[in-house]
Amino acid sequence: MTRNTIERQDVIDFLYTEAKLLDEWKLKEWAALFTDDGTFIVPPIGEPEAVPTNSLYYIHDNRSRLQERAERLLKKEAHVEYPHSTTTRNYHNILVNGLNSGVITVECNFTTYRTKREVVDTFIGRASYELIQQDNGLVIKNKKVVLNLDSLRPHGKISLIL
Amino acid sequence: MRTIIQDNKEKNEFLVHRSVFTDKEILARERASIFNKCWLFIGHETEIPNVGDYKRKKVGGRNLLFVHSQDGEIRALYNTCPHRGALVCRENEGNSRVFRCFYHAWSFKNDGQLVGMPGKDGFPEGFNDEGTKNMKVVNRLENYRGFMFVNFDDNAVSLDEYLGNAKEYIDLVVDQSEHGLEALGGVQQYSVRANWKLLAENSADLYHGMPTHKTYFDIKQAQDPNLKKVQLEGKGRSLDNGHGVIEYVAPWGRPVAQWTPIWDDDFKKDMEKIKARLVEQFGDERADRIANYNRNIIIFPNLVINDIMAVTARTFYPTSPGYIEVSGYALAPKGENDAHRLARNNNFLEFLGPGGFATPDDNEALELCQEAYNNNQEVEWNDISKGMVRGEENALATDELQMRSFWRHYNTRLQQSFKEEKEVVHK
Repeated sequence: MTRNTIERQDVIDFLYTEAKLLDEWKLKEWAALFTDDGTFIVPPIGEPEAVPTNSLYYIHDNRSRLQERAERLLKKEAHVEYPHSTTTRNYHNILVNGLNSGVITVECNFTTYRTKREVVDTFIGRASYELIQQDNGLVIKNKKVVLNLDSLRPHGKISLIL
Repeated sequence: MRTIIQDNKEKNEFLVHRSVFTDKEILARERASIFNKCWLFIGHETEIPNVGDYKRKKVGGRNLLFVHSQDGEIRALYNTCPHRGALVCRENEGNSRVFRCFYHAWSFKNDGQLVGMPGKDGFPEGFNDEGTKNMKVVNRLENYRGFMFVNFDDNAVSLDEYLGNAKEYIDLVVDQSEHGLEALGGVQQYSVRANWKLLAENSADLYHGMPTHKTYFDIKQAQDPNLKKVQLEGKGRSLDNGHGVIEYVAPWGRPVAQWTPIWDDDFKKDMEKIKARLVEQFGDERADRIANYNRNIIIFPNLVINDIMAVTARTFYPTSPGYIEVSGYALAPKGENDAHRLARNNNFLEFLGPGGFATPDDNEALELCQEAYNNNQEVEWNDISKGMVRGEENALATDELQMRSFWRHYNTRLQQSFKEEKEVVHK
């Protein structure tokens, strides 16, 4: 397989594009960023390396589950996100590794604000990605979101996609 | 005296006054007459399996330390230094023989006994002869089949008596495993901006299933075209002391032993073996109940055990009339193989928890109730009548009898509180 030369800026642009799709509620387009075997996981708070048979993850999506997640949230009957909340995602401290290898790994801090009914909830943490090249572009093989919170209080839920 | 419940059996109407969700004075009465008197879930015995294991727990507004002491006993200690009051243990969990308060370095064994402090010569001999300088132990801590409860009322009836006929349903949950259940790591600590009683109602409410969780059932439908055959059908029952239960069949797979087409054939064989073992142990009827029937159990006041597409226990406590802290546990058979466990956990996460496809919509429903109680002055009553017209003995799982059970007991305790106050005033 031939690979294009990928620069750090290409990776950063890709991340910002992902964040923008989510902020604009283009969730099917977001799901399309993943490979056919892509995964999206959120481990329990305080246990970023938890074994999923021993500890309960918040989110442990395989490719079909993440598609269902994206499509569900676009329905009027996904009550928690109807009407849609307003979100703002920021990615910071981006570290890119393996630009010249088969799998590019990216780590970044994130801050995601969600506001609905005049209440703002702030999700903070660290996201890591495994990206690969496919059809002349980047795609996500795995995305892991580690929440740097003490609990989901007062948020109460992870109804949006982190 | 104040009417908060109208239980009209002639009219088949059951009403709850909405002030109970918003009134601070009601919350103060609930603290005194319910949370200080009833058995409250602290955790599962498997959370601290080894000597020295401990976990911090918030129960009934207290900061407790749930600890497996060196003598093998499980205890609940008030996590406060007998000296000046600081929180002694600051780690959320761990294993230790000794807890040391950092403020003045008083040290305690993991059964609470004071073992040392600096500057001993400044204290009289026999300073702790009466044990008043030990970390205080919660006097009442009792266990029912691994579920551990505390009670802050030393004169309370035993846990066994308190649970009463709710034990039958806890047994059905625990009996799915030969070796008992275990609590998984990653207890989900979340919140809802709503009154605590709304979550008690919601956790055993099948009536809301289809409208609130349509998106979940849509997904199930897409996974299994034969799904339409399975309806949400079953019975509701009022249990002792404000407990209640619904027991029913549902169109989701149950990792105990009800297979669904999203799972592979190997898994099907695995489940057939489990079912055969259940039949051998308990006979056809009970095995069918354990494997194929779902149970949502309310243990008054603030524990819910739901044996549905997975097993969850959730407990919740109000910090104000409109805000609760929730702890959500996943329970599973001890010794379950990895493939089975992963399928179970994925089944859990598809519906349950803050990242599931259903729980966040419940959260939203509760918050919208709470928000709209701003209209309480003019719109005063909630209706919990569904199924009364059938007669309580014929209640369906989609009726509201299990909630009426909760509310009737709730009302008894609150009326007692109003009455006691009146007596005090008149003296």
